[in-house]
Amino acid sequence: MLTLSNISQSFYRGTVNEKHALRKVSIEIAEGEFVTVIGSNGAGKSTLLNVVAGKLHPDSGTVTIEGRDVTRLSDHDRASMIGRVFQDPRAGTAPEMTIEENLAIAYTRGKARGLRRGVTKQRRDLFAAELATLEQGLESRLKTRVATLSGGQRQALSLLMATFSEPKILLLDEHTAALDPQRAALVVRLTRELVERHRPTTLMVTHNMEQALELGDRLIMMHDGEIVVDVSGERKARATVADLLSAFEEVRGAELSDRTLLG
Amino acid sequence: MIVATELGLLYAVMALGVYVTFRILDFPDLTVDGSFTSGGATAAVLLVNNVNPFLATAAGFGVGCIAGVITGLLHTKGHINGLLAGILTQIGLYSINLRIMGGANVPLLRTSTLMTPLREAKLLGTWSSAALFGAVALVVLAIIVWFLHTDLGLAMQATGENEVMARSFGISTDRQKILGLALSNGLVGLAGAIVSQYQGFADISMGIGLIVAGLASVIIGQAIFGSRNILNAAIAVVLGSVLYRLAIQVAMDVGLDPNDMKLMSALLVVLALVLPQWSVVRRISGLRSAYRGAGPQGALTADEYIDDVDDLEIAAKAKGE
Repeated sequence: MLTLSNISQSFYRGTVNEKHALRKVSIEIAEGEFVTVIGSNGAGKSTLLNVVAGKLHPDSGTVTIEGRDVTRLSDHDRASMIGRVFQDPRAGTAPEMTIEENLAIAYTRGKARGLRRGVTKQRRDLFAAELATLEQGLESRLKTRVATLSGGQRQALSLLMATFSEPKILLLDEHTAALDPQRAALVVRLTRELVERHRPTTLMVTHNMEQALELGDRLIMMHDGEIVVDVSGERKARATVADLLSAFEEVRGAELSDRTLLG
Repeated sequence: MIVATELGLLYAVMALGVYVTFRILDFPDLTVDGSFTSGGATAAVLLVNNVNPFLATAAGFGVGCIAGVITGLLHTKGHINGLLAGILTQIGLYSINLRIMGGANVPLLRTSTLMTPLREAKLLGTWSSAALFGAVALVVLAIIVWFLHTDLGLAMQATGENEVMARSFGISTDRQKILGLALSNGLVGLAGAIVSQYQGFADISMGIGLIVAGLASVIIGQAIFGSRNILNAAIAVVLGSVLYRLAIQVAMDVGLDPNDMKLMSALLVVLALVLPQWSVVRRISGLRSAYRGAGPQGALTADEYIDDVDDLEIAAKAKGE
């Protein structure tokens, strides 16, 4: 269970460039729920994810994970509960380290790291078995440096690393945006499989409306720092891209008429 | 030739320390110039006061660790630029080193040191002593290679390669940097302790410009002997250190003024850093580039939080038109 209450976050406060990325956002996400997040430029989607991850500490409001207030915890202190995949395929892995070493780091998420060997025979077998589920042939390349993998392979590996240590929450930040359509489709398929297998509470930001409708059991649309659409269950299953677009235009239209009235 | 090899192997312990910060943590640490002298000074003063040579040498390691922790705290908790943090510690240590020694130098002529048995057996300056120093360097190398493959060591490697990734897996990058700087400067202090016993004195200027010697060992060694993996890279550093001392020996033999040595060292490092970038040189020599592809590092800026592309608006506009 992930709860955000009254989260506000602004950048460049007190300057002419002041930007309210989140305005008193509140949302409750049930355990194991898969939420897709869409929204326009500067809507606050990434900010929302970064607030959950602890990369940003909000100006006000609280973040609660399974009843525990984590608002003031730093990102690495929260990481035992949170898995992340970034937009940039290079961001989620250490390029000069081998596949198995990267997996060892993911494996020790939330555990004390001591002077035990990072890659043991036992762990290597586990890593190979996990990699085999990606069907990328990476299980036979455990000692390969990650830098030599393609963007799609790296993103598939990032996804595995983010999920296989079973964090309570999974944050996906436009993790298919930097890939060509074919590899994006692969990563989407792997996302579906891995989320189904490990059932983390998932927040996925995407710019692709079809993807947002296809994946997950709940969809939220953000606009100008607020959640303006929140659909789940049947309604989400039946929604189409056209529905999303008209909902978006409605929101924008309302904003426009407000402005006209004020003017 | 033998003396240069001996020196190269002794200084290899220092170079391995520089390797940990410069290559593993991607942190050019200038504390080294100060912590080397601190290690040498501490060991020398303890030896003069008849402390067991092994304990005195270990104390050199300990003092170096403390120096590294200070630089680490300045950088991570004080948010001071890494280069500046190292310089500040180094300058501060200059005064502290004078205090430790109670003067500009401490002679060890009639003091019993780690080198005394070697000197009495007339082994210094022979291949036997070189082999012994080589064994010491190998032990330090083995410990570093082992450490970097532990869970903790992998976390340190990840910190140097990709901080965003490291933090997302719960690694406290601040703690890793402090630990790495402590380990690195501990080795540098240890090298200082051994070198002061080898040369028979500790001196306030013994660490000046040492970072360049350390970087030269790392960069030249890895350019020639490779850095395919940690073991390969660490061996290259030790060999690089020996090569560096041999090069200096040769330069002196052909009549170069010892006063010009620091300039030569600096030029050597510049060449080793610049040459591999020229494609002509790369083709001819097959030298490996001293640069690693940098991963996305550091903190995200506020701009990156604000979303970039705007599919919804574009789609809406297209529909409206």
